[in-house]
Amino acid sequence: MAHSYTPGLTVTEQTVVRRRRMLSLPGRVLVTTGETVRANQAVARAELPGKVYPMNLANQLGVAPDEIHEYLIKKAGDPVQKDEILAENKPLIKWLKTEVLSPITGVVESISPVTGQVLLREPPRVLELLGYVDGRIVEVIPQQGVVVETDCSLVQGIFGIGGETWGEIVIAVTSPDEVLTPRHLTADMKDKVVVGGSFISSDALARAKEVGVTGLVIGGIHDKDLRALLGYDLGVAITGTEQVGFTLILTEGFGAIPMADKTFALLSAHAGQPASISGATQIRAGVIRPEIIIPKGAGALSDHGAATVPQREGIRIGDQVRIIRDPLFGKIGKVASLPSDLQKIPTESDVRVMEVRFADRSTAMIPRANIELIEGA
Amino acid sequence: MSVPSPAHIKPVLTHPLNVIVATDCGSTTTKAILIEKVGDEYRQTYRGEAPTTVEAPFEDVTRGVLNAIAEIEELSGRKILDGDKILTPNRAVQGDPKTGVDIYISTSSAGGGLQMMVTGVVQNMTGESAQRAALGAGAIVIDVLASNDGRLPHEKIERIRTMRPDMILMSGGTDGGAVTHVVEMAEYISAAEPRPRFGATYKLPLIYAGNKDAQPQVKKILGEKAALVLTDNIRPVLERENLAPARNKIHDLFLEHVMQQAPGYKKLIEMAGAPIMPTPAAVGVIMETIAKREHLNLIGVDIGGATTDVFSVFEGLFNRTVSANLGMSYSISNVLAEAGLANIMRWVPFTINEQTLRNRIKNKMVRPTTIPQTLDELQIEHAIAREALRLALIHHKSLATALKGVQQERTISDVFEQQQSGKTLIDMLKLDLIVGSGGILSHAPRRVQSMLMMVDAYEPLGVTRLSVDSIFMMPHLGVLSTINEKAATDVFVRDCMVYLGTCVAPIGQGKDGERCADYAITFQDGRVDKGLLSFGDLRLVPLVSGQKASIAVQPAKQVNLGAGAGVAVTREVKGGVVGLLFDGRGRPLRLPTDHAARVASLTRWYQAVDLYPKAG
Repeated sequence: MAHSYTPGLTVTEQTVVRRRRMLSLPGRVLVTTGETVRANQAVARAELPGKVYPMNLANQLGVAPDEIHEYLIKKAGDPVQKDEILAENKPLIKWLKTEVLSPITGVVESISPVTGQVLLREPPRVLELLGYVDGRIVEVIPQQGVVVETDCSLVQGIFGIGGETWGEIVIAVTSPDEVLTPRHLTADMKDKVVVGGSFISSDALARAKEVGVTGLVIGGIHDKDLRALLGYDLGVAITGTEQVGFTLILTEGFGAIPMADKTFALLSAHAGQPASISGATQIRAGVIRPEIIIPKGAGALSDHGAATVPQREGIRIGDQVRIIRDPLFGKIGKVASLPSDLQKIPTESDVRVMEVRFADRSTAMIPRANIELIEGA
Repeated sequence: MSVPSPAHIKPVLTHPLNVIVATDCGSTTTKAILIEKVGDEYRQTYRGEAPTTVEAPFEDVTRGVLNAIAEIEELSGRKILDGDKILTPNRAVQGDPKTGVDIYISTSSAGGGLQMMVTGVVQNMTGESAQRAALGAGAIVIDVLASNDGRLPHEKIERIRTMRPDMILMSGGTDGGAVTHVVEMAEYISAAEPRPRFGATYKLPLIYAGNKDAQPQVKKILGEKAALVLTDNIRPVLERENLAPARNKIHDLFLEHVMQQAPGYKKLIEMAGAPIMPTPAAVGVIMETIAKREHLNLIGVDIGGATTDVFSVFEGLFNRTVSANLGMSYSISNVLAEAGLANIMRWVPFTINEQTLRNRIKNKMVRPTTIPQTLDELQIEHAIAREALRLALIHHKSLATALKGVQQERTISDVFEQQQSGKTLIDMLKLDLIVGSGGILSHAPRRVQSMLMMVDAYEPLGVTRLSVDSIFMMPHLGVLSTINEKAATDVFVRDCMVYLGTCVAPIGQGKDGERCADYAITFQDGRVDKGLLSFGDLRLVPLVSGQKASIAVQPAKQVNLGAGAGVAVTREVKGGVVGLLFDGRGRPLRLPTDHAARVASLTRWYQAVDLYPKAG
């Protein structure tokens, strides 16, 4: 497979990332190309059409749909206040009069003589699109959004929950294999991005919420604790909109798995610096992985203008890899050899394998599908 | 760019078709096959595979296609690519037969497939007809809205707004009937201002296939807000469905609108010599063809990473359903959520800690391309597959029904058999053939594993033949059949369809060891093999592919093999790579509830059919 590449997660001290920031419906871009922006700055704005309230006036007035025009006080396009009369009948006897009041403040959107239905719409809601990272605008897509570029350190996680946020990085443990416990989480970690080690338990998750951390970056978590945190069993890995009080990023996977040394070292080197993080994960239909972006600061923005796209030329001997399937799940080693012939594994499948050498000099043959390159210089 | 031809119109080839390269762009991998004409017949000769590249950094589905084809080039020694172009036609006339192919064709389910929202007036009538039309066209139905679905008008509007389908199919009303409800639904859609999934700047394709009298009003309400297409009513009268026109429009719009927006699809459409088909639509073509050619009732399944598609043809009626979140990689965690841990664990022949199993399943979800390396892991995946298959069939049974709401003529005898309209069409006793496809079934290390997964999940009754797609090429052959039926049939018969054998499963219950049935097998060479099938037995009798045998089964008094309790049955059965499977475990299949007893039973059954290599 000369052209194949091994999927991997990027952990790099120096890169340039571009993030496309797009409105979900056409609106107005508030910044210009070349402008420096902050993570919490609005870069575009759109108006989301207000909620619609359908009312069947024909039924309420007891008339045929094509007769409602005769009873309407308002016409399509008219503004309307809450409790203002929309329509009324004209009975001979006064106390038989029926008035239909508007349940909302908004406009009369449409009137149907076929169904007798009147649609009212609330005023539009303003949606602001934020910059997400400290950086500069390299492209403006009229009415739709911008591309923000930043010189940064980048750590991609394997799975996360919760949306975009930012905060100062705090390292709560002393080593990547240490478990993050409630005692590690102190009041001064409020609004911070807290980095733990191999695992976080349910009581520590509760403590994190209590403290008010903005983000948690950790090696692993038990599925049952995730279920308890979310309140449901996550069926498909499409996340980013959860509201659990903080954004959670797993760097390794499910279970107690020491954070890769490289990841822990990089995050430790940036303790005290602001980071933008996102837990959004989508493993289907266009992969999105959670990320921790640590901008170098406005002064360090590069002049070359082009983002560096990681070149995935395939795996080579000496590359650092993580084993991502049992029985050696979570172990990290280096590629020792890449036999080209298919080999039979204990399941009796014939697959391509690679030899991985671990820190203790032991080696193991692992299916190529079961390793992940730890990418980034 | 030229406008792609509609999916249901055959492309015209001006040169002979001798070498074909076909791909299926799946949600996980892009699978390429090479088909060559050898003598008078077409054969599948080489296969290549590469990760599908709809995501960063490539964001261009053709990259994965080129990678998969490059693997075929390496293996076959044929030059197919010239940079990013596929060399067509084959250069045999110029004396260079190892260069180029005559056509490139493809199917695709990458990018999440075709996601549709459908609307009707009455949920289990026009709503279901619309759902069947969309499913039959290869779509994933993300919601069915109907006037009587129990949601309030503002909830319907909110739902339309929040979902971002690729397309909407509107139905409702019979021709000449009342227009009010269908117009009301058009008003809701208009108010919601629905937006398509890909891109913010183009109009959402919307097909109207309801009461034709409402067309002018629907046009007035939605003409400006959506890319509206009007077509024939899918339920012109209550007693009849007319799904083909709507299905054809779905295919056309899929190509013209939806695929144009997905990363790299414009290029893919230009590369291909025939319209790109949604993968499930292509597999559906194959399933329907098999059933019609051999006059069979069949159930077909394609179990993928994200979805499981089930197809059935009973008495000539074709149905397809897609269980959007039942699959073996992206959706594996959802199988656990829907089936429950206990249902998965009941198929695992050893003890495993719940937390460990849950974590393993989640790890597969976040790293979907990994493969089981140990026997335990393989057995766990096979256990999950049984549940995914089982749940998908339950889903299918609920939708593959006779038309609901149709008045039935009843005679006096029907008084004693109160059948409701809308009964499921799936009758396991009338089922002739089960066809399995998809990675976990096509690539199981032993074919008997595929067979038992399907037997355990579907619990076939009586006598049922089983087969599997050899290396997963049904989608490719489905699209090929639209341009050259002979080529598709040749490859299907010789290289694709692997007959596993026949399952004989009496209906009834009994204690382990009690007599279930006596049987006698008369082989073609005259040899007769007689035996007793006891309850709790699973027995495999060798009967190789191409061989037939006659079986005479005398069930016990309360046991039924299709002809009635205790009534003897004589049938001709066909062999396969696995053989003849006598399943005396009882129907419905009930596994022991006690953990140790269950593990002992599973171990005994698995050993009886040599399901897995011996550990260690």
